[in-house]
Amino acid sequence: MTDATSVPQPRRLSNADQNWYRFTRNPTALIGAGIVILCILAAIFAPFITPYPEHVGAVVDFRSRHLPPSADYWFGTDNVGRDIFSRTIFGMRISLLLAVVVLGIAVPVGTILGLVAGYFGGWVDIIIMRITDIALAIPALVMALAVAAVLSPDLINAMLAIAGLWWTWHARLIYAITRQLRSQEFVEAAETLGAGKMHILFREILPNCVSALAVKTSLDCGFVIIVGASLSFLGLGIQPPTPDLGTMVASGSDFLPDYWWESVLPGCAILFVALGFILLGDGLRDLFDVEEVR
Amino acid sequence: MSGPMLRIENLTKTFPVRNAFGRISGEVTAVDNVSFSIEPGRVYGLAGESGSGKSTIARMIMGLTRPTAGEIFLDGLNITDAGSGRARRGKVQMVFQNPGSSLNARRTIGQSIAVPLEAHGHPRRDRARRIDELLEMVQLPAEFAERYPHELSGGQKQRVAIARALAMPPKLLVLDEPTSALDVSVQAKVIDLLVDLGGRLNLTFLFISHDLSLMRNFAQDVGVLYLGRMVEAGATAEVFEKPRHDYTKLLLASVPVMSAEEEAMRPALPLVDGELLTSDRLPAESNTSFERLE
Repeated sequence: MTDATSVPQPRRLSNADQNWYRFTRNPTALIGAGIVILCILAAIFAPFITPYPEHVGAVVDFRSRHLPPSADYWFGTDNVGRDIFSRTIFGMRISLLLAVVVLGIAVPVGTILGLVAGYFGGWVDIIIMRITDIALAIPALVMALAVAAVLSPDLINAMLAIAGLWWTWHARLIYAITRQLRSQEFVEAAETLGAGKMHILFREILPNCVSALAVKTSLDCGFVIIVGASLSFLGLGIQPPTPDLGTMVASGSDFLPDYWWESVLPGCAILFVALGFILLGDGLRDLFDVEEVR
Repeated sequence: MSGPMLRIENLTKTFPVRNAFGRISGEVTAVDNVSFSIEPGRVYGLAGESGSGKSTIARMIMGLTRPTAGEIFLDGLNITDAGSGRARRGKVQMVFQNPGSSLNARRTIGQSIAVPLEAHGHPRRDRARRIDELLEMVQLPAEFAERYPHELSGGQKQRVAIARALAMPPKLLVLDEPTSALDVSVQAKVIDLLVDLGGRLNLTFLFISHDLSLMRNFAQDVGVLYLGRMVEAGATAEVFEKPRHDYTKLLLASVPVMSAEEEAMRPALPLVDGELLTSDRLPAESNTSFERLE
């Protein structure tokens, strides 16, 4: 560290160091991050860590059906004798994949539309934001139900239906921030220095949206997982025998209350994943001090 | 060189006043038929209190606000209707009032200074060297390029803003209250730096300020704005020795003085109805009060 002044200065902490320090002292963010990392690792290494990876398919073992949770079967077994713990971990895979794909489409689309509408204003603003308002009025679950009813009920359609509406939230968030930043001096300074529109949108305004986007995206992961599970619960998402948390809750609910573990434990897994993302999002919001999100 | 660097003719800007329903119910005249010109190499001071229209004039010169009427010529080129940025071909740059908001908090000092270099196609390989050179020019160490604005003091940030404005050397530098956000001890150093750079880079300055003691030292010519009108103009020494307009006398009388000699030179305070007259105390149809003052 070389300092220009002769006065000795304390060691300079980089932004990343400071953020990391504050992050490690924020229990909400830490617990959320812990859960999220645990779920992601479990989903990635599912074939290696689950006791019965073959139970993901159409395995039938009637001798061990409806077994309660035990040392062999941590979450018990279902009505055809498959290990619910193994199926839950594989189900998390689908849930996380759904969240990644939906937000992988919705976040960039929403961000770009919000930036463009907020910065250019005028008729561009009116057209984009009125379409956003219309799309916002349709609940994502209802839209997904309609798409599943018209087309066939499968994972791809469910993802497209949810992504087709989810971008609106990001568009509104980024629009609000951009409107506020547009008249700030650093944007005007960039304009007078000759910077192009692309530079101003993506290199001046976008970096100022990143913390709000991180918070929003993290919260949304939780909500998308819940919507995806709801669709599967209604039989319009992932089709059996592929294990999905929503499908498992639905099929297990036939055997309530005697074999409660068949629906309650996969349900707890949904709660666990979603809670992890939402805690992480809340923690990040405190960390970044973002007010715009929800 | 022939002709003035900046010539402003009958420049007028009115803003619509909207009522609670967004209907236009009237207009305020921020800049009223102002004309002046700046010869190359001179420092022209534009004085007036807040709300007198001096910043609006700066914004119109920079293309950030469009004039209602009148014309602006920059180095013989009519730039009245040109937008901000490249249309001015880098001939005019501006240093904003508050360096805290004119630098993007999410970008490093180096990235901020690189904006005009990128915009004007400075060779990519040479940019880092040029940034070092610019930082050295404003007497900042080269490693500041890696830092973020919040790690710098106000005076250092304003130096960065000056370096950025001079990255593609302009002919005219507009200074909109460049020192009013800074400590008094730092103000003089920034002004010294500007005087030094002006001589080295052959700059012409438009210096906008309400600080008349600063203007007396820095500007060679001065124009006094009052409620959007140019009430007095001329060589700084003349205007300050023998102010003809009551408003100029008022401004001069408001300057805090340090010594007995200065106190002796201080003109008598013009009072209207026993009170100092300020723009916000004038009634909406202000012409009558204005005439009375004259």
